[in-house]
Amino acid sequence: MAIELPKKQAVVVGVGWAGGIIASELTKAGIEVIGLERGGERTPDDFIMQKDELRYALDHELMQDLSRETQTIRNTTDMTALPMRQLGSYLLGTDVGGAGIHWNGQAPRFFPYDFQIQTMTLEQYGEGKVDEDITIQDWGITYEEIEPYYTKWEKMAGISGEQNEMTPEMSEEYPTPPMKESPAIRLFKEASSELGLHPHQRPSANLSENYTNPDGQTIYQCQYCSFCERFGCDYQAKSDPLITVIPTALKTGNFEIKTHANVREIGHEDGVATGVYYIDGTDDQEYFQPADIVIITTYVMNNTRLLLQSGIGQPYDPETEEGVVGKHYCYQIISGADGFFEDKKFNLYAGAGALGGGVEDYNADNFDHSDLDFIHGGVLGLHQTGNRPIDTNPVPEGTKSWGKEFKEASTHYFYRQLHIQSQGASLPYRYNYLDLDPTYTDENGDPLLRVTYNFTDQDRNLAKYQAERAMEIMEQMGADIVEEVNHATGDYDIVPYQTTHNTGGTIMGASSETSVVNNYSQVWDCENLFVAGASTFSHNGGNNPTPTVAALAYRAAEGILDYIDDPRQLVVDGN
Amino acid sequence: MSEEKKSEGLTRREFIRNGSFAVGGLVGGTLLGSFLINPSSSTQTASENGNGDHDHGSSDDYMRARMFFKRQEDFRVLSAAVERIFPEDEIGPGAVSLAVPYFIDRQLAGSWGFNAREYMDGPFEDGAETQGNQSALNRRDAFLKGVRLIQNQAKANFEGEAYYDLTDEQQDEILESFESGDVEMRGMSSSQFFELLRKATLRGVYSDPVYGGNLNMDGWRMKQYPGGLMNNMDIIEDEEFHDIEPVSLHDHHT
Ligand SMILES: Cc1cc2nc3c(=O)[nH]c(=O)nc-3n(C[C@H](O)[C@H](O)[C@H](O)COP(=O)(O)OP(=O)(O)OC[C@H]3O[C@@H](n4cnc5c(N)ncnc54)[C@H](O)[C@@H]3O)c2cc1C
Ligand code: SF4
Repeated sequence: MAIELPKKQAVVVGVGWAGGIIASELTKAGIEVIGLERGGERTPDDFIMQKDELRYALDHELMQDLSRETQTIRNTTDMTALPMRQLGSYLLGTDVGGAGIHWNGQAPRFFPYDFQIQTMTLEQYGEGKVDEDITIQDWGITYEEIEPYYTKWEKMAGISGEQNEMTPEMSEEYPTPPMKESPAIRLFKEASSELGLHPHQRPSANLSENYTNPDGQTIYQCQYCSFCERFGCDYQAKSDPLITVIPTALKTGNFEIKTHANVREIGHEDGVATGVYYIDGTDDQEYFQPADIVIITTYVMNNTRLLLQSGIGQPYDPETEEGVVGKHYCYQIISGADGFFEDKKFNLYAGAGALGGGVEDYNADNFDHSDLDFIHGGVLGLHQTGNRPIDTNPVPEGTKSWGKEFKEASTHYFYRQLHIQSQGASLPYRYNYLDLDPTYTDENGDPLLRVTYNFTDQDRNLAKYQAERAMEIMEQMGADIVEEVNHATGDYDIVPYQTTHNTGGTIMGASSETSVVNNYSQVWDCENLFVAGASTFSHNGGNNPTPTVAALAYRAAEGILDYIDDPRQLVVDGN
Repeated sequence: MSEEKKSEGLTRREFIRNGSFAVGGLVGGTLLGSFLINPSSSTQTASENGNGDHDHGSSDDYMRARMFFKRQEDFRVLSAAVERIFPEDEIGPGAVSLAVPYFIDRQLAGSWGFNAREYMDGPFEDGAETQGNQSALNRRDAFLKGVRLIQNQAKANFEGEAYYDLTDEQQDEILESFESGDVEMRGMSSSQFFELLRKATLRGVYSDPVYGGNLNMDGWRMKQYPGGLMNNMDIIEDEEFHDIEPVSLHDHHT
């Protein structure tokens, strides 16, 4: 039997960016919030002098322990899904701060096209441009509506960046100037300009200068130390929840965080959430935390799993296309180009997670798709995140992967190889979805989430096109050897790292028939339940997701405060 | 924050101090070859006991003992195999001189060997390649099986000779048959084992010396890798390449 705890006004499950942002906004407004986090406690002191590639980058010290919980994976519905036994394609966060601690900090917005993709594609190209199994849908929110929340996030996180005619329109400048330009980035920008493209310095949460945000939290100047992606920052120079929204919430005295609290189920009665059930890892006891408002911010996988496990919302069925929970699971379509330079040597041991140049000319509908066999696109970027020696062994194609030849080539090219990557948009496909696995369970005996996912022709065509564009730029940069890199030529593979940009499962939309939440991240079927994070994306844009996660979390917080004043469905159901 | 640690002066001082305690044969300077630990004897001892030649009495010596492999023979096969994957040459030391066999031995003795943070519950099925590793073997068992299979292959194909007594070409031939998955292996394919061995070798060559490999940071020197620098503000915009003496966690933590 679960032990029942004293009731709280609001419970936030999962304390990463999404949970932290909502907790900070609610507690500032005087609401008492308890945060339940399955992982452990941590502070910025945990990241000082942790420059250890093996421990953090390869053995994933800061990430989810899969022995306790994982997902099962299959490419198609006729395969048996098997557990992801080792981390690979994506790296799930855990502990206070979530993946926001070990993210890179690349912080771009999505485009207006993303939010109204169905309408705008139809307007621009007419019926039949996309296959009917590519089930694109408008998000039930426009760029104009989300824009102020992007601005709010950028000011809170102190984002460093610049705009040009190809980047999404902003009502205000970035709060801090762009990061420094390294020679590799300069070369990329010059080459792109020569090709008539519009390069810019990428928006970054690794800050170009010291900055104090409107909540009074200070973020320091980045030192380009390069132990950034997959690491916490020594200098408190990478915006993360632990140095921004979490202390802001704690400072109010209204926020309490319980760690080792692994939530299994959302309690509900007659369409009203009553609280959450969790196992406390310190005593292995089950507790029930009652609350007036329940907010789920456990990332894409568990946001979806918790709804399915709790029997909230109708599970999606790919055969009938009925139901909504689990639908539109999307990812990121990664392709690009490698270039090897014989007579150049770059200081690639230096870098930062979000240090890069990019072009948005081939993203969204910034280019004409009339004669193309796909829609959307992706940002093309050259990032200098810092080469580390175990995992960076650049060798031209056809080189043996061990022995003398490998040793020669990998040591020679270590500082002589550059990479341009496209983060291609990932569009929903009828048969890509999330549900509960029939066989495999987690440490509590609860079913694992089952991921059914494969690339489609839309994805493969997009990836190919983007790789060709990347290769053109690389040629222009003067590389001696230019090679295509493409993760989306065949079937989706769980092994090589691509990105931790999973999206969908509890998507946002204009009606309860087509989506799980409204544009305040409020669940249609359960008014006092809010689910926030990239699980609410109806598809994934051609850019990193976190600014959009954050903007939607700010909007959700506003909706929750409004709901507390006047409990109701905040948006009229478009059914 | 210990920002005082970021200065290059300290880094360099510490490097010299650590370098001289780690190996007797340190010559100094920045070039790769000069850091080799008695190169002539290391190749020879590689085929005897997988060890480099070292001064007695340095604290490092006490770490040159096995925590996982019980049989000397297994360890000798491992040593010979990793040396073929990352051989000593004119660029610099090979896996044995960098203490990679001891690195792997210690890794197997710890949580990595037990796949402690990976999902190891059944049922186990082969699955498609896109579903990733589905082996029920943990790394400890995989290494024991794999290394013994290398030895068996040597004996079966080369008139009863031990793997470590074969010529370089013969040793490579056996590794290639593993790489291509041609050798029958239970619990995982021989190509999967080869990939495990290959990656473990690179981990040992290039991880921080605290783990026992990358001896004296000589793995890093071959790539001119400076380790985890605290600050690159001054060089990030520079066109010129900077060759910087490496720093390790030891430099940062002491
Ligand atoms: C290596 C890496 C690099 C990245 N780089 C970028 C980048 O440059 N730009 C970008 O935009 N994005 C990047 N991302 C993605 C980014 O980190 C995520 O989009 C973001 O952190 C998501 O925030 P979140 O709060 O939704 O989820 P998370 O940060 O995952 O937080 C969810 C929290 O919920 C907890 N939780 C989960 N289940 C339960 C449960 N049942 N009970 C209790 N607690 C639970 C988790 O432990 C976790 O702390 C990167 C990700 C990784 C891994
Ligand atoms: S690169 Fe910059 S932001 Fe990233 S960890 Fe280092 S100092 Fe922090």
